[in-house]
Amino acid sequence: MSDINSQRRQFMKTSMGVAAIAIAPGMLLYGTSHGKSEGASSKVRWGMLIDTTQCTQGCTDCVSACNKENGLSGGTKSTDSQWIRKIEIKDISNGLVSSLPMMCQHCEHPPCVDVCPTQASFKRADGIVLVDRHRCIGCRYCMMACPYKARSFVHEPLENQNPDVPRGKGTVEACSFCVQRIDKGQIPACAEACQNKAILFGDLNDANSEIYKKVRSVASDHIRADLQLNPGIRYQGL
Amino acid sequence: MPKPDIGMGGQCVKDTQWMRKNHMHLLKHQREESVRKGIRDEQVSLKNCVECHASKSDNSVVAREDSFCVACHRYEAVSIDCFECHASKRKVAFAGKDEK
Repeated sequence: MSDINSQRRQFMKTSMGVAAIAIAPGMLLYGTSHGKSEGASSKVRWGMLIDTTQCTQGCTDCVSACNKENGLSGGTKSTDSQWIRKIEIKDISNGLVSSLPMMCQHCEHPPCVDVCPTQASFKRADGIVLVDRHRCIGCRYCMMACPYKARSFVHEPLENQNPDVPRGKGTVEACSFCVQRIDKGQIPACAEACQNKAILFGDLNDANSEIYKKVRSVASDHIRADLQLNPGIRYQGL
Repeated sequence: MPKPDIGMGGQCVKDTQWMRKNHMHLLKHQREESVRKGIRDEQVSLKNCVECHASKSDNSVVAREDSFCVACHRYEAVSIDCFECHASKRKVAFAGKDEK
């Protein structure tokens, strides 16, 4: 612990040095601690806009891409991990069937985080909801709390995990928005794989981003908007 | 005394003696920083430790009695949980296996 504290002290010292010549020291401290290598920024809110009219029935390209990127088996039994799955919903009044991908909705007010007894479920500053498997005790409260059935539990020992995506038995997991790719400046695997470009990924807070403009020009909605969880994923054409 | 297979070896974070004594603190600190805050410090990431220290013969840090992590941990009777979840092989060992 002592070396960690000394590093922090060093950081404080250098920051204070710079802050002393600035007009607003608080602002400067905040600014310097949010560079690329400085981690997730709360100015960003990652989100997706999914155009269900462009989502082809029966196509599972996004699911395959997710399985490959995150090293999932691709099985669909109740004991297999599924981070993203294709579902079909039918409007019973006119029989219209829509196909859409369902995964962790990265809520602003995530119920999984509320119920987690060890704070393993958490929301990162940039809005991505993750499981810290170092803390997860496998109680699965979060799986019960999630209204989207987005989380899976790992029942069996795993081997040959992707070095970028550690996963293990006895912990809960879910879509991470491909956080390992986002931190490298890439987009999630499913969004990249969709041939019809039905999945638009971007920063909901960035006024110059495509998603920011589209959310404001095309009608879209959250699933289970009545729960007021404000998910980061919106669906268009439902 | 254990004689671990140090893989490529070399020194990038701190000297050998310091690392023997303190590597667990760096790993524990780093796991909080990178998982929860998204601060991905390349130098002290477990993945990069494995990249250099995995054996040249089997690309692993835990596969054999004298593998880099196992040699000392067995000698000291301290179990390693890291590789229940984290990959214990360097990335080249995974190339080619993803087409299935």
